[in-house]
Amino acid sequence: MGFLKKLFQAFRSRAAVQQLPSGSMTVDRDGLVVTTTVSSAYPQALLNEIGSGVLSLFREARAAQIPLAEVSLHFGSLRITAREIRGGAIIFLFPQTARSTPNN
Amino acid sequence: MDAPHKILVLDDDADWLELCHERFSQLPSGPDVRTATSSSRALAMLESEPFRLLICDLKMPRMDGLQVLSIVRRRFPQLRTVVLSGLEDEEFRSRAYALGVDLFWLKTDMQRNSTMFVECLEALLGRDDDGGFRGVQSKSLMDIIQMECLSRNSTVLRITRGPLVSKLWLQDGELIDAEAEGARGEVAFRRILAWKSGTFENLPPEPGRPRTITKPINALLLESAQTMDENANPSSETQFISASHRKTMWKLSLLTGEGAEFVVAVPPEGLGEPEALGTQAVEPLAAWTRHAVKIAKKIGDQLEAGPLSHIAAHNLDKQYLVLPHGEKSFLVGWPPEAAAGQLLEQGRKLIASWDS
Repeated sequence: MGFLKKLFQAFRSRAAVQQLPSGSMTVDRDGLVVTTTVSSAYPQALLNEIGSGVLSLFREARAAQIPLAEVSLHFGSLRITAREIRGGAIIFLFPQTARSTPNN
Repeated sequence: MDAPHKILVLDDDADWLELCHERFSQLPSGPDVRTATSSSRALAMLESEPFRLLICDLKMPRMDGLQVLSIVRRRFPQLRTVVLSGLEDEEFRSRAYALGVDLFWLKTDMQRNSTMFVECLEALLGRDDDGGFRGVQSKSLMDIIQMECLSRNSTVLRITRGPLVSKLWLQDGELIDAEAEGARGEVAFRRILAWKSGTFENLPPEPGRPRTITKPINALLLESAQTMDENANPSSETQFISASHRKTMWKLSLLTGEGAEFVVAVPPEGLGEPEALGTQAVEPLAAWTRHAVKIAKKIGDQLEAGPLSHIAAHNLDKQYLVLPHGEKSFLVGWPPEAAAGQLLEQGRKLIASWDS
Protein backbone atom coordinates (compact mmCIF):
# COMPACT_ATOMS: atom_id res chain seq x y z
CA MET A 1 0.00 0.00 0.00
CA GLY A 2 2.73 2.37 1.08
CA PHE A 3 4.74 1.53 -2.02
CA LEU A 4 1.83 2.36 -4.35
CA LYS A 5 1.20 5.66 -2.58
CA LYS A 6 4.85 6.65 -3.04
CA LEU A 7 4.79 5.59 -6.68
CA PHE A 8 1.72 7.67 -7.49
CA GLN A 9 2.99 10.63 -5.47
CA ALA A 10 6.20 10.59 -7.51
CA PHE A 11 4.24 10.44 -10.77
CA ARG A 12 1.97 13.31 -9.69
CA SER A 13 4.86 15.54 -8.63
CA ARG A 14 6.63 15.05 -11.98
CA ALA A 15 3.52 16.00 -13.91
CA ALA A 16 2.64 18.95 -11.67
CA VAL A 17 2.50 22.28 -13.47
CA GLN A 18 3.23 25.53 -11.69
CA GLN A 19 0.31 27.94 -12.01
CA LEU A 20 1.27 31.27 -13.50
CA PRO A 21 1.57 34.16 -11.03
CA SER A 22 -1.17 36.78 -11.13
CA GLY A 23 -1.25 40.12 -9.31
CA SER A 24 1.19 42.91 -8.58
CA MET A 25 4.20 43.55 -6.40
CA THR A 26 6.66 46.26 -5.48
CA VAL A 27 10.35 45.55 -5.24
CA ASP A 28 13.14 47.52 -3.57
CA ARG A 29 16.39 48.63 -5.19
CA ASP A 30 17.87 45.12 -4.70
CA GLY A 31 14.94 43.44 -6.42
CA LEU A 32 13.50 42.00 -3.19
CA VAL A 33 9.71 41.90 -2.88
CA VAL A 34 8.36 44.55 -0.48
CA THR A 35 4.60 44.12 -0.96
CA THR A 36 2.65 41.77 -3.19
CA THR A 37 -0.87 40.63 -4.06
CA VAL A 38 0.41 37.45 -5.73
CA SER A 39 -0.79 34.28 -3.97
CA SER A 40 1.40 33.39 -0.99
CA ALA A 41 1.51 29.84 -2.38
CA TYR A 42 3.64 31.12 -5.24
CA PRO A 43 7.40 30.64 -4.61
CA GLN A 44 8.95 33.82 -3.18
CA ALA A 45 12.26 33.02 -4.87
CA LEU A 46 10.65 33.23 -8.32
CA LEU A 47 9.09 36.59 -7.49
CA ASN A 48 12.51 37.87 -6.38
CA GLU A 49 13.98 36.60 -9.68
CA ILE A 50 11.39 38.62 -11.59
CA GLY A 51 12.14 41.67 -9.44
CA SER A 52 15.89 41.56 -9.90
CA GLY A 53 15.50 40.77 -13.62
CA VAL A 54 13.33 43.77 -14.43
CA LEU A 55 15.48 46.09 -12.30
CA SER A 56 18.51 45.02 -14.33
CA LEU A 57 16.58 45.91 -17.52
CA PHE A 58 16.04 49.45 -16.24
CA ARG A 59 19.66 49.71 -15.05
CA GLU A 60 21.17 48.50 -18.35
CA ALA A 61 18.83 50.76 -20.32
CA ARG A 62 20.17 53.77 -18.39
CA ALA A 63 23.70 52.61 -19.22
CA ALA A 64 22.71 52.48 -22.93
CA GLN A 65 21.43 56.09 -22.70
CA ILE A 66 17.79 55.08 -23.06
CA PRO A 67 16.36 55.48 -19.54
CA LEU A 68 12.97 53.72 -19.58
CA ALA A 69 9.77 54.54 -17.72
CA GLU A 70 8.04 51.21 -18.37
CA VAL A 71 8.96 47.77 -19.70
CA SER A 72 6.60 44.93 -20.66
CA LEU A 73 7.74 41.37 -21.25
CA HIS A 74 5.24 39.44 -23.37
CA PHE A 75 5.36 35.64 -23.21
CA GLY A 76 3.04 33.09 -24.75
CA SER A 77 0.99 32.82 -21.59
CA LEU A 78 2.08 35.69 -19.35
CA ARG A 79 2.69 39.42 -19.53
CA ILE A 80 4.93 41.19 -17.03
CA THR A 81 4.73 44.98 -16.93
CA ALA A 82 7.16 46.95 -14.76
CA ARG A 83 7.31 50.66 -13.99
CA GLU A 84 10.33 52.18 -12.36
CA ILE A 85 9.57 54.00 -9.12
CA ARG A 86 11.88 55.77 -6.71
CA GLY A 87 14.16 53.12 -5.22
CA GLY A 88 12.67 50.10 -7.00
CA ALA A 89 9.81 49.13 -9.28
CA ILE A 90 6.16 48.19 -9.32
CA ILE A 91 5.48 45.02 -11.31
CA PHE A 92 2.19 43.69 -12.68
CA LEU A 93 1.75 40.03 -13.66
CA PHE A 94 -1.04 39.17 -16.10
CA PRO A 95 -1.52 35.53 -17.16
CA GLN A 96 -2.66 35.43 -20.79
CA THR A 97 -5.61 33.16 -21.44
CA ALA A 98 -7.87 32.46 -24.41
CA ARG A 99 -10.22 35.09 -23.00
CA SER A 100 -7.64 37.87 -22.75
CA THR A 101 -6.56 40.05 -25.67
CA PRO A 102 -2.87 40.17 -26.71
CA ASN A 103 -2.36 43.66 -25.28
CA ASN A 104 -3.90 43.26 -21.86
CA MET B 1 7.08 -2.87 -38.98
CA ASP B 2 7.24 0.52 -37.25
CA ALA B 3 5.00 1.15 -34.24
CA PRO B 4 2.00 3.34 -35.11
CA HIS B 5 2.26 7.04 -34.28
CA LYS B 6 0.50 8.17 -31.13
CA ILE B 7 -2.01 11.02 -31.16
CA LEU B 8 -3.17 12.74 -27.98
CA VAL B 9 -6.48 14.61 -28.13
CA LEU B 10 -7.13 17.16 -25.36
CA ASP B 11 -10.62 18.56 -24.85
CA ASP B 12 -12.83 19.11 -21.80
CA ASP B 13 -15.85 17.68 -23.65
CA ALA B 14 -15.93 13.89 -23.15
CA ASP B 15 -18.48 13.30 -25.95
CA TRP B 16 -16.31 15.21 -28.41
CA LEU B 17 -13.29 13.16 -27.34
CA GLU B 18 -15.18 9.96 -27.99
CA LEU B 19 -16.07 11.19 -31.47
CA CYS B 20 -12.47 12.19 -32.17
CA HIS B 21 -11.16 8.85 -30.90
CA GLU B 22 -13.47 6.98 -33.22
CA ARG B 23 -12.66 9.21 -36.22
CA PHE B 24 -8.88 9.45 -35.84
CA SER B 25 -8.44 5.73 -35.09
CA GLN B 26 -9.66 5.12 -38.65
CA LEU B 27 -6.88 7.19 -40.24
CA PRO B 28 -5.06 5.21 -42.97
CA SER B 29 -1.81 5.10 -40.97
CA GLY B 30 -3.70 3.51 -38.04
CA PRO B 31 -2.44 5.75 -35.23
CA ASP B 32 -2.79 4.96 -31.56
CA VAL B 33 -5.27 7.61 -30.32
CA ARG B 34 -5.35 8.63 -26.65
CA THR B 35 -7.54 11.25 -25.01
CA ALA B 36 -7.35 13.58 -22.02
CA THR B 37 -10.07 15.77 -20.50
CA SER B 38 -7.75 18.12 -18.61
CA SER B 39 -4.54 19.99 -19.40
CA SER B 40 -2.66 18.59 -16.42
CA ARG B 41 -3.61 15.03 -17.42
CA ALA B 42 -2.46 15.71 -20.99
CA LEU B 43 0.88 17.11 -19.83
CA ALA B 44 1.37 14.10 -17.56
CA MET B 45 0.71 11.75 -20.50
CA LEU B 46 3.15 13.67 -22.70
CA GLU B 47 5.78 13.38 -19.97
CA SER B 48 5.29 9.66 -19.57
CA GLU B 49 5.35 8.48 -23.22
CA PRO B 50 6.29 9.85 -26.65
CA PHE B 51 3.51 11.24 -28.85
CA ARG B 52 3.73 12.37 -32.45
CA LEU B 53 0.77 14.74 -32.48
CA LEU B 54 -1.25 16.75 -29.95
CA ILE B 55 -4.74 17.91 -30.93
CA CYS B 56 -5.85 20.52 -28.47
CA ASP B 57 -8.95 22.60 -27.73
CA LEU B 58 -8.48 26.25 -26.69
CA LYS B 59 -11.27 27.04 -24.27
CA MET B 60 -10.88 24.83 -21.21
CA PRO B 61 -11.24 25.37 -17.46
CA ARG B 62 -8.20 25.96 -15.19
CA MET B 63 -5.43 25.90 -17.80
CA ASP B 64 -6.56 26.77 -21.31
CA GLY B 65 -5.19 25.58 -24.64
CA LEU B 66 -2.86 28.54 -25.24
CA GLN B 67 -1.14 27.90 -21.92
CA VAL B 68 -0.82 24.20 -22.69
CA LEU B 69 0.62 24.98 -26.13
CA SER B 70 3.19 27.38 -24.74
CA ILE B 71 4.36 24.73 -22.26
CA VAL B 72 4.32 21.99 -24.91
CA ARG B 73 6.33 24.12 -27.36
CA ARG B 74 9.10 24.45 -24.78
CA ARG B 75 9.07 20.99 -23.25
CA PHE B 76 8.34 18.92 -26.37
CA PRO B 77 9.66 20.90 -29.37
CA GLN B 78 9.39 17.85 -31.69
CA LEU B 79 5.68 17.34 -31.00
CA ARG B 80 3.33 18.35 -33.85
CA THR B 81 0.43 20.43 -32.59
CA VAL B 82 -3.03 21.03 -33.98
CA VAL B 83 -5.65 23.35 -32.51
CA LEU B 84 -9.22 22.16 -32.93
CA SER B 85 -11.40 24.85 -31.47
CA GLY B 86 -14.90 26.24 -31.53
CA LEU B 87 -13.58 29.82 -31.16
CA GLU B 88 -14.12 31.50 -34.52
CA ASP B 89 -12.28 34.73 -33.70
CA GLU B 90 -9.34 35.27 -36.11
CA GLU B 91 -7.30 36.59 -33.21
CA PHE B 92 -7.11 33.12 -31.63
CA ARG B 93 -5.95 31.67 -34.93
CA SER B 94 -3.06 34.15 -35.14
CA ARG B 95 -2.19 33.70 -31.47
CA ALA B 96 -2.13 29.93 -31.88
CA TYR B 97 0.08 30.18 -34.98
CA ALA B 98 2.33 32.61 -33.06
CA LEU B 99 2.81 29.82 -30.51
CA GLY B 100 4.05 27.60 -33.34
CA VAL B 101 1.09 25.27 -33.90
CA ASP B 102 1.17 23.32 -37.16
CA LEU B 103 -2.52 23.61 -37.93
CA PHE B 104 -5.59 25.51 -36.72
CA TRP B 105 -9.05 24.12 -37.54
CA LEU B 106 -12.50 25.06 -36.38
CA LYS B 107 -14.59 22.19 -35.07
CA THR B 108 -17.40 23.13 -37.42
CA ASP B 109 -15.02 23.06 -40.42
CA MET B 110 -13.69 19.69 -39.36
CA GLN B 111 -17.18 18.20 -39.32
CA ARG B 112 -18.02 19.84 -42.64
CA ASN B 113 -14.82 18.89 -44.41
CA SER B 114 -13.54 15.89 -42.50
CA THR B 115 -11.75 14.35 -45.52
CA MET B 116 -9.44 17.35 -45.87
CA PHE B 117 -8.84 17.45 -42.13
CA VAL B 118 -7.89 13.77 -42.14
CA GLU B 119 -5.48 14.39 -45.04
CA CYS B 120 -3.87 17.24 -43.11
CA LEU B 121 -3.45 15.01 -40.05
CA GLU B 122 -1.91 12.25 -42.19
CA ALA B 123 0.52 14.79 -43.68
CA LEU B 124 1.48 15.96 -40.20
CA LEU B 125 1.95 12.42 -38.89
CA GLY B 126 4.27 11.59 -41.75
CA ARG B 127 5.97 14.95 -42.04
CA ASP B 128 9.71 15.22 -41.59
CA ASP B 129 11.60 18.25 -40.37
CA ASP B 130 12.35 19.66 -43.82
CA GLY B 131 11.66 23.25 -44.72
CA GLY B 132 9.36 24.33 -47.50
CA PHE B 133 5.76 25.38 -47.59
CA ARG B 134 3.39 23.75 -45.13
CA GLY B 135 0.85 21.60 -46.89
CA VAL B 136 3.08 20.44 -49.75
CA GLN B 137 6.15 18.82 -48.33
CA SER B 138 9.59 19.83 -49.66
CA LYS B 139 8.12 21.91 -52.48
CA SER B 140 9.18 25.46 -53.14
CA LEU B 141 6.64 28.14 -53.91
CA MET B 142 7.80 27.99 -57.56
CA ASP B 143 6.85 24.27 -57.66
CA ILE B 144 3.45 24.98 -56.13
CA ILE B 145 2.66 27.73 -58.65
CA GLN B 146 3.85 25.57 -61.55
CA MET B 147 1.66 22.68 -60.39
CA GLU B 148 -1.38 24.97 -60.22
CA CYS B 149 -0.64 26.37 -63.68
CA LEU B 150 0.02 22.99 -65.28
CA SER B 151 -3.28 21.74 -63.88
CA ARG B 152 -4.92 24.80 -65.48
CA ASN B 153 -6.53 25.63 -62.14
CA SER B 154 -8.50 28.72 -61.25
CA THR B 155 -7.83 29.65 -57.66
CA VAL B 156 -6.51 32.29 -55.28
CA LEU B 157 -3.38 31.24 -53.41
CA ARG B 158 -3.15 32.96 -50.05
CA ILE B 159 0.43 32.78 -48.78
CA THR B 160 1.35 33.64 -45.21
CA ARG B 161 4.82 34.19 -43.85
CA GLY B 162 4.61 35.25 -40.20
CA PRO B 163 2.66 38.53 -40.19
CA LEU B 164 3.05 38.97 -43.98
CA VAL B 165 0.14 37.93 -46.16
CA SER B 166 0.15 37.86 -49.93
CA LYS B 167 -2.18 36.58 -52.63
CA LEU B 168 -1.78 35.18 -56.13
CA TRP B 169 -4.74 35.08 -58.50
CA LEU B 170 -4.71 32.22 -61.02
CA GLN B 171 -7.28 31.95 -63.79
CA ASP B 172 -7.36 28.86 -66.04
CA GLY B 173 -3.72 28.14 -65.25
CA GLU B 174 -2.53 31.69 -65.90
CA LEU B 175 -1.22 34.07 -63.27
CA ILE B 176 -3.31 37.24 -63.61
CA ASP B 177 -2.54 39.23 -60.45
CA ALA B 178 -0.42 39.30 -57.29
CA GLU B 179 -0.49 41.36 -54.13
CA ALA B 180 2.23 41.53 -51.44
CA GLU B 181 3.66 44.03 -48.97
CA GLY B 182 1.68 46.91 -50.47
CA ALA B 183 2.81 46.10 -54.03
CA ARG B 184 0.78 44.65 -56.90
CA GLY B 185 1.43 42.86 -60.15
CA GLU B 186 4.88 41.58 -61.20
CA VAL B 187 6.69 43.46 -58.40
CA ALA B 188 4.52 41.74 -55.81
CA PHE B 189 5.05 38.36 -57.48
CA ARG B 190 8.86 38.74 -57.30
CA ARG B 191 8.65 39.69 -53.62
CA ILE B 192 6.54 36.62 -52.87
CA LEU B 193 8.96 34.32 -54.67
CA ALA B 194 11.78 35.60 -52.46
CA TRP B 195 10.01 34.16 -49.39
CA LYS B 196 11.81 31.01 -48.31
CA SER B 197 9.08 29.45 -46.19
CA GLY B 198 5.50 29.96 -45.07
CA THR B 199 2.05 28.50 -45.30
CA PHE B 200 -0.45 28.66 -48.11
CA GLU B 201 -4.10 27.92 -48.66
CA ASN B 202 -6.32 27.75 -51.70
CA LEU B 203 -9.22 30.19 -51.74
CA PRO B 204 -12.13 30.13 -54.19
CA PRO B 205 -11.34 31.69 -57.61
CA GLU B 206 -12.24 35.31 -58.32
CA PRO B 207 -13.08 35.36 -62.05
CA GLY B 208 -13.79 39.12 -62.03
CA ARG B 209 -10.30 40.06 -60.78
CA PRO B 210 -8.69 42.68 -63.10
CA ARG B 211 -5.57 41.40 -64.85
CA THR B 212 -2.31 43.19 -63.97
CA ILE B 213 0.17 40.47 -65.07
CA THR B 214 0.34 39.69 -68.77
CA LYS B 215 3.69 37.86 -69.00
CA PRO B 216 3.51 34.06 -69.21
CA ILE B 217 4.17 32.35 -65.88
CA ASN B 218 7.25 30.47 -67.18
CA ALA B 219 8.91 33.74 -68.25
CA LEU B 220 8.21 35.29 -64.85
CA LEU B 221 9.57 32.26 -63.00
CA LEU B 222 12.70 32.23 -65.17
CA GLU B 223 13.35 35.94 -64.59
CA SER B 224 12.87 35.56 -60.84
CA ALA B 225 15.18 32.55 -60.70
CA GLN B 226 17.88 34.50 -62.58
CA THR B 227 17.54 37.49 -60.23
CA MET B 228 17.83 35.23 -57.20
CA ASP B 229 20.93 33.53 -58.67
CA GLU B 230 22.55 36.90 -59.39
CA ASN B 231 21.86 38.10 -55.84
CA ALA B 232 23.24 34.88 -54.39
CA ASN B 233 26.40 34.84 -56.62
CA PRO B 234 27.51 38.40 -57.49
CA SER B 235 29.96 38.09 -60.36
CA SER B 236 31.81 41.39 -59.79
CA GLU B 237 32.47 43.96 -57.11
CA THR B 238 30.27 46.52 -58.86
CA GLN B 239 27.38 44.12 -58.90
CA PHE B 240 27.89 43.43 -55.21
CA ILE B 241 27.99 47.14 -54.30
CA SER B 242 24.92 47.78 -56.38
CA ALA B 243 23.05 44.92 -54.71
CA SER B 244 24.15 46.14 -51.28
CA HIS B 245 23.00 49.69 -52.09
CA ARG B 246 19.63 48.40 -53.32
CA LYS B 247 19.26 46.38 -50.13
CA THR B 248 19.98 49.42 -47.94
CA MET B 249 17.49 51.53 -49.87
CA TRP B 250 14.92 48.77 -49.58
CA LYS B 251 15.43 48.58 -45.82
CA LEU B 252 15.20 52.36 -45.48
CA SER B 253 11.93 52.36 -47.38
CA LEU B 254 10.66 49.59 -45.10
CA LEU B 255 11.66 51.60 -42.04
CA THR B 256 9.94 54.78 -43.15
CA GLY B 257 6.97 52.84 -44.51
CA GLU B 258 6.26 51.43 -41.06
CA GLY B 259 6.87 54.81 -39.38
CA ALA B 260 9.84 53.60 -37.31
CA GLU B 261 12.81 55.82 -36.41
CA PHE B 262 15.51 53.18 -36.17
CA VAL B 263 16.16 49.44 -36.28
CA VAL B 264 19.04 47.51 -34.77
CA ALA B 265 19.44 43.89 -35.90
CA VAL B 266 21.40 42.02 -33.25
CA PRO B 267 22.96 38.62 -34.02
CA PRO B 268 23.89 36.25 -31.17
CA GLU B 269 27.09 37.13 -29.28
CA GLY B 270 30.17 36.29 -31.36
CA LEU B 271 28.21 35.61 -34.56
CA GLY B 272 28.69 38.86 -36.42
CA GLU B 273 28.26 42.57 -35.92
CA PRO B 274 24.95 44.32 -35.20
CA GLU B 275 23.42 46.06 -38.19
CA ALA B 276 21.51 49.32 -37.77
CA LEU B 277 19.61 51.95 -39.70
CA GLY B 278 18.54 55.34 -38.30
CA THR B 279 20.81 55.41 -35.23
CA GLN B 280 24.49 55.94 -34.42
CA ALA B 281 24.35 54.30 -30.99
CA VAL B 282 24.53 50.79 -32.40
CA GLU B 283 26.74 49.12 -29.80
CA PRO B 284 24.95 50.30 -26.59
CA LEU B 285 21.53 49.57 -28.08
CA ALA B 286 22.68 46.13 -29.26
CA ALA B 287 24.13 45.40 -25.80
CA TRP B 288 20.85 46.35 -24.10
CA THR B 289 18.84 44.27 -26.59
CA ARG B 290 20.99 41.20 -25.91
CA HIS B 291 20.67 41.74 -22.17
CA ALA B 292 16.90 42.26 -22.33
CA VAL B 293 16.33 39.10 -24.38
CA LYS B 294 18.59 37.06 -22.11
CA ILE B 295 16.85 38.24 -18.92
CA ALA B 296 13.37 37.83 -20.42
CA LYS B 297 14.10 34.29 -21.63
CA LYS B 298 15.51 33.39 -18.21
CA ILE B 299 12.38 34.68 -16.46
CA GLY B 300 10.13 32.97 -19.03
CA ASP B 301 11.91 29.63 -18.54
CA GLN B 302 11.75 29.83 -14.75
CA LEU B 303 8.05 30.69 -14.77
CA GLU B 304 7.21 28.30 -17.65
CA ALA B 305 5.40 31.22 -19.25
CA GLY B 306 5.91 30.08 -22.85
CA PRO B 307 8.13 31.51 -25.56
CA LEU B 308 9.13 35.17 -25.48
CA SER B 309 6.92 37.04 -27.94
CA HIS B 310 8.36 40.53 -27.57
CA ILE B 311 9.46 43.22 -25.13
CA ALA B 312 7.82 46.64 -25.25
CA ALA B 313 9.23 49.68 -23.48
CA HIS B 314 8.87 53.43 -23.54
CA ASN B 315 10.07 56.72 -22.11
CA LEU B 316 9.13 60.32 -22.88
CA ASP B 317 11.20 60.38 -26.11
CA LYS B 318 10.52 57.06 -27.76
CA GLN B 319 8.72 53.76 -27.82
CA TYR B 320 10.80 50.60 -28.19
CA LEU B 321 10.06 47.08 -29.26
CA VAL B 322 12.41 44.11 -28.96
CA LEU B 323 11.46 41.22 -31.24
CA PRO B 324 13.28 37.88 -31.28
CA HIS B 325 13.39 36.58 -34.85
CA GLY B 326 15.21 33.32 -35.51
CA GLU B 327 18.68 33.61 -34.03
CA LYS B 328 18.63 37.40 -34.23
CA SER B 329 16.87 39.96 -32.07
CA PHE B 330 15.63 43.28 -33.40
CA LEU B 331 15.26 46.55 -31.51
CA VAL B 332 12.89 48.96 -33.24
CA GLY B 333 12.37 52.55 -32.07
CA TRP B 334 9.27 54.65 -32.77
CA PRO B 335 8.38 58.26 -31.97
CA PRO B 336 6.22 58.70 -28.84
CA GLU B 337 3.17 59.72 -30.86
CA ALA B 338 3.06 56.43 -32.84
CA ALA B 339 -0.07 54.36 -32.13
CA ALA B 340 1.10 51.89 -29.47
CA GLY B 341 -1.52 49.30 -30.40
CA GLN B 342 -0.13 48.88 -33.92
CA LEU B 343 3.59 48.79 -33.16
CA LEU B 344 3.78 45.03 -32.72
CA GLU B 345 2.20 44.29 -36.09
CA GLN B 346 4.30 46.98 -37.82
CA GLY B 347 7.47 45.74 -36.13
CA ARG B 348 6.79 42.16 -37.17
CA LYS B 349 6.18 43.19 -40.77
CA LEU B 350 9.40 45.19 -40.76
CA ILE B 351 11.63 42.40 -39.49
CA ALA B 352 9.90 39.70 -41.54
CA SER B 353 10.88 41.64 -44.67
CA TRP B 354 14.31 42.62 -43.34
CA ASP B 355 16.24 39.58 -44.58
CA SER B 356 14.10 38.96 -47.66
